Amino acid sequence: MNKTESKLKGAVKDLFSGGKVDLVIGYENGTLPLRNRPCFVRSANEADRLVWDSFCVNNLAVYLPRFFQMQEHKKEETRLPKVGIVAKGCDVRSVVGLVKEKQIPRENLVIIGVPCQGLIDLKKVETMLNGDSLSVCEENSEGTLHITTMKGAKKKIVKEQVTSDACLECRYPLLEDVDVLIEGDTRESSKEKYANVKTFEAKSNEERWKYFEEEISKCIRCYACRHACSNCYCQVCFVEQTKPRWVGMSDDLSDIMLYHIGRIFHQAGRCVGCDACVRACPMGIDIRTFTQKLVKDVEELFDYIPGLSLEELPPLCTFKENDSQNFITEP
Amino acid sequence: MEKDENNWEPKIVAFLCNWCSYAGADLAGVSRFQYPTNVRVIRVPCSGRVNPMFIIKALQQGADGVLVSGCHPGDCHYISGNLVARRKFALLKNLLGYIGIEPERVQFSWVSASEGNRFAALIEKVVNEIKELGPGKKLVKQRL
Repeated sequence: MNKTESKLKGAVKDLFSGGKVDLVIGYENGTLPLRNRPCFVRSANEADRLVWDSFCVNNLAVYLPRFFQMQEHKKEETRLPKVGIVAKGCDVRSVVGLVKEKQIPRENLVIIGVPCQGLIDLKKVETMLNGDSLSVCEENSEGTLHITTMKGAKKKIVKEQVTSDACLECRYPLLEDVDVLIEGDTRESSKEKYANVKTFEAKSNEERWKYFEEEISKCIRCYACRHACSNCYCQVCFVEQTKPRWVGMSDDLSDIMLYHIGRIFHQAGRCVGCDACVRACPMGIDIRTFTQKLVKDVEELFDYIPGLSLEELPPLCTFKENDSQNFITEP
Repeated sequence: MEKDENNWEPKIVAFLCNWCSYAGADLAGVSRFQYPTNVRVIRVPCSGRVNPMFIIKALQQGADGVLVSGCHPGDCHYISGNLVARRKFALLKNLLGYIGIEPERVQFSWVSASEGNRFAALIEKVVNEIKELGPGKKLVKQRL
């Protein structure tokens, strides 16, 4: 057990004994190596299940709204639970987004900030194994993974080589504006911004369309990207609406594209780039390249970065008189 | 007829705001300014009413181009509808260009109620640009 993990357990136990939380959402070990799963802790003695390492990939903010969604007439008589959440930098930003959009009440939340050193991309590890599968994986404090495969081969992998793309580009690994801060080593924030968007922008129109077509044609419309996303809390999503029917229920490529364009557009000024959608995708679609474009545009055009402040208005709810309008057609 | 590339005329869906651009189009008609007949006008209360999905959906259903036009910034009947819409449109136009749809297919403009000649010139320009691009193929639903 690493130091951060024991501090985390201690902090969660303190919260329960102080009566400050009814529930803490964190991570516990899964049954397979490299796969931690979400864990819902309801009492102090359950807190020992919690873990914290580089395999805690899920964005736990996605579970928050369901604790506070209820019919209007029940709101008066129900005591809303106090929910604690173990949150990395990106998760904190997701939580801030949800509070801002009035999906969860801030006073019922206890945000436990954990120091994030970057998460492991399971797909990157798997490609390094040449078809073999993992049996044991241990992480040491110097940033190396010790791996044993099913066939018994042992291997050392430098963590940085298998860190997920989102973490390599992460600019806010730790936000200190949280209720409980677990101290520890944090990843340095990345200096590079939107590298993959810039390379993609430099390609020709036809190349970009071809890539978009190729990526989207892999989609089986399982909507896993939507379910994994903390921003997608709508009770009825636009793809399922029938009046009007925005997106046809077919496997026609144009319908799939409409879903993706709609989904990407709904992330404008909201996506924190946690990559939960990318990890959730069973077909390995490069969702990140497309979603990040909007994040970049919102930052460049409206000088707004999602999830950093509770006060700043979301960019599409407001305007400035001198907003750029060089895209307007002049006859 | 329409499938024939030589004889092809583009279909352009134009979302015009009730208070400015629609009146501008009206004025162009009343003043007998000539402009191409390729636009199908849809009157909306405000350019802020235009949901980005309207535009994408129009392209999917076979429109060769989409034009959205509203009041000039500062002249909106609802004070700021077009200013909020301007942010959405900037992002949408960039996104569609980014995924490889020709930027000329989706255009945005401001036309006031007194600018009949500007409206005629705008339609002329948009139609010419889309004629040059040819029929819209990307995003079009084939099995309707």
